[in-house]
Amino acid sequence: MGYFIGLIVVLTGLWLGLSGLYKTLILSLGVVSIILSTILAYRFDILDREGSPYGRLPQLISYWAWLVVEIFKANWVVVKACLRAQLDINPALVKLKTCCESDLARTVFANSITLTPGTVSVTIEGDKILVHALYEEEAHPEAFEEMDRRSRAASDGGRA
Amino acid sequence: MTEIMGILMQIKPVLGAFLCLVGGVLAIIGTVGVLRFPDFYSRLHAASVIDTSAATLAIIGMMLLAPTWLIVFKLGVVWLFLFLTGPTSSHALANAAHTAGVEPLIGRRNGDDEGADS
Repeated sequence: MGYFIGLIVVLTGLWLGLSGLYKTLILSLGVVSIILSTILAYRFDILDREGSPYGRLPQLISYWAWLVVEIFKANWVVVKACLRAQLDINPALVKLKTCCESDLARTVFANSITLTPGTVSVTIEGDKILVHALYEEEAHPEAFEEMDRRSRAASDGGRA
Repeated sequence: MTEIMGILMQIKPVLGAFLCLVGGVLAIIGTVGVLRFPDFYSRLHAASVIDTSAATLAIIGMMLLAPTWLIVFKLGVVWLFLFLTGPTSSHALANAAHTAGVEPLIGRRNGDDEGADS
């Protein structure tokens, strides 16, 4: 039930924000479309903690704020690599073991790796992630430990 | 208090334009990286500069230039969308290349842009 309410609140907010026309006819069309999407989501059976993860929004947002800072730090390294007069990179493939258990946490972790410039997650097999990195010296497994821990706490922590 | 607000209102468009400019410069730097790096995987890294920091700075700049809150909200939604789809598409590309058997270049590369043929 909480998932339903979360989905309806988010859809309503999104509709109101994107529309900007608040006449009776348009508003009633909006209500119809929100009800239709909710019914479809119910019929497709995708309303679970991954389809509607809004209960974890505070944790996810605080993780996100940390991630944006990390992204800007990592960007600086790649920008310098792009502009150096002599090309000087040291690409490597690294295999990481993640402690994330649920699919949501793994997705968050792999997406965070890809979002951070300089590292791209290539494949996932079980709890191993294959990562391609621009600089081998920055891609030792300890460098990802904090991100791993934080993404696990953000998507699984507390309630599990 | 109103004076401070007035100064802020005057600074806002300048700051917004500046951030848009920085975002554009970062996009150009990312493009230079895509052209210079030797193989497929390292080019992806240069492209990810564009879809993270360049897009973020340009969108924040546009938010500062936006006339109404509604447009600020829409730009925020665009940013969220980029942040969710950007890594997905880079991962799809990397995964497809890996599945197709593209071997990454491993080890230190120095000197001029040799081997920029793939």
